[in-house]
Amino acid sequence: MSAEVRPVEDGPGFRLSAGLRSALPVIVFLLVGFAAPLLAVIGFSFMPPRTFGLGHPPTFENYVTLFDSTNYISLLWSLGMATATVLILIAVSYPVAYGLVRVFGRWSTLVTLLFVIPLFVSENVRLYGWVLFLIKNGVLLGTLKTLFGIEADSMLFTTAAILLGMVYVYLPFMLFPLTLGISMVPNDAREAASDLGASRWQVFREVELPLSTPGLIIGCLLTFVLAVGAIAEYKVLGGQQVIPITHDIEIAFTYAQNWPLGAALAVLLMLIVGVLVLVALWRFDLDRFLGRR
Amino acid sequence: METRASRVRHGLIVLWTIAVVVFLYIPSISITLASLTASRYFTFPIPKWGWDWWHKTLDSIQIHEIIKTSLLIAAIVTVIAVVLAFFGALAFARYNWKGRAWYQKIVLLPIFFPQSVLGLALLLWFNALGLPLSWHTAVFAHLVWIVPVVTLVVSIQVYSFDPALEEAAFDLGASRWQVLREVTIPVLMPGLFSGGLFAFLLSWGNFPLSLFTTGADTTVPEYLYAKMVAGYTPGVPVLGTISTIGAVILLIGGYFVMLALDRRRRAAS
Repeated sequence: MSAEVRPVEDGPGFRLSAGLRSALPVIVFLLVGFAAPLLAVIGFSFMPPRTFGLGHPPTFENYVTLFDSTNYISLLWSLGMATATVLILIAVSYPVAYGLVRVFGRWSTLVTLLFVIPLFVSENVRLYGWVLFLIKNGVLLGTLKTLFGIEADSMLFTTAAILLGMVYVYLPFMLFPLTLGISMVPNDAREAASDLGASRWQVFREVELPLSTPGLIIGCLLTFVLAVGAIAEYKVLGGQQVIPITHDIEIAFTYAQNWPLGAALAVLLMLIVGVLVLVALWRFDLDRFLGRR
Repeated sequence: METRASRVRHGLIVLWTIAVVVFLYIPSISITLASLTASRYFTFPIPKWGWDWWHKTLDSIQIHEIIKTSLLIAAIVTVIAVVLAFFGALAFARYNWKGRAWYQKIVLLPIFFPQSVLGLALLLWFNALGLPLSWHTAVFAHLVWIVPVVTLVVSIQVYSFDPALEEAAFDLGASRWQVLREVTIPVLMPGLFSGGLFAFLLSWGNFPLSLFTTGADTTVPEYLYAKMVAGYTPGVPVLGTISTIGAVILLIGGYFVMLALDRRRRAAS
């Protein structure tokens, strides 16, 4: 199955290799649809404030405004909430991922399907479901009142509610990479360790955890990036309790009509996310991670 | 190996998983309950049940238009995404070529990117190009995120594809097109099918990209969002329930089609 036995594909001369030829449509599409828009954002961030085209002489004004403003508070909130989401998700998902690989057996497919289904319902709708559940006289408080006569305050529009929404929305994005990671741990390694007298905890700490780290890293990266970009959770469940950076960006583009400032904020977010993703992703062997089943 | 301690541990894992699944379905259940309330406002326990708001919602011409727009976008996105991702996945997982390691990572970048920022970036880009915003631009925006996802889904199938099958067909004198049609596509069918299902459903449910790129056109998630922030309307739970049930039916139907495809493939080989 090695490349050497297929001389046609990597022949000399000007012919493109078969791989590059099939990659070309996607590469061209991503250049036009992903790279160019990001360049457009960077371009806009150097335009004078409150302009709507790329034709003006470049200026650093927006970045100066950025450092003088209170936007850093929003940025810190976004980063902090994303970090908290990732940590909670590790604790919530690890036992489930472990179960999917080692405990549920033929039920695994069904359980996986149960976790996949909510992914395809719009995030808004599902968050709104939480509102109906948590709101005063909603499903939770209504039930408590009728069954037990307990009158409690709604946790809606608190930081905890936002966190709950984020954990809820991003759970599958932690669970599935983690499941892939755990399935990469060979059974032999675990058995060998326990045959050699390792305790259950030692097997976990010395064998299972290190060997499943690729999945853990991908899961953390994915959920962190998505959570930093979150906005609906804050709006629907947070009721303006916390203002994330994405909200500042949206305001700049809508009410404030200051596209260049919004673009500068977006560049800041892109830098943080980009550096994180590139550093983590570039040392990754994707063939090994995805190819194994 | 089945000691008492490991039985307890397995029991705890099962209980925990059940709890997480319940947690996952609380919103859907709440939405469905709200949609079956006859009164204007939702209170629980529900004082009066009824289908009234279902009738009102389903009769609304505006909502028909919105659903049509969403379906149209999702259908076009599915077709284009599957075609691009088919070739993209061959490059990702089938061929050994020089730039492959780079290519694999570049394909993943749009997935590892905040979608709201991506939507904004596309808005600026369309603006710089002078393109008017409509559902056409939304199709393009959805594709930027969905093509990489589908490429990944199809790639997982391609990894288990034996290139010897293609080579045998070539040796028997088949043309490149014949090999593609008779060998590669049929073998990869389950992957292409689940990729298509992903594309359709992700486009149908997408909000952040649509928000910035549909212009005057409205998709279902956008409409729901606008109604949500404006205060409580019983139409929101109804439309939410409809889109949930639609997704569930498609997924379960898709799951059975996958099983059938798999069985047929196994019978053929």
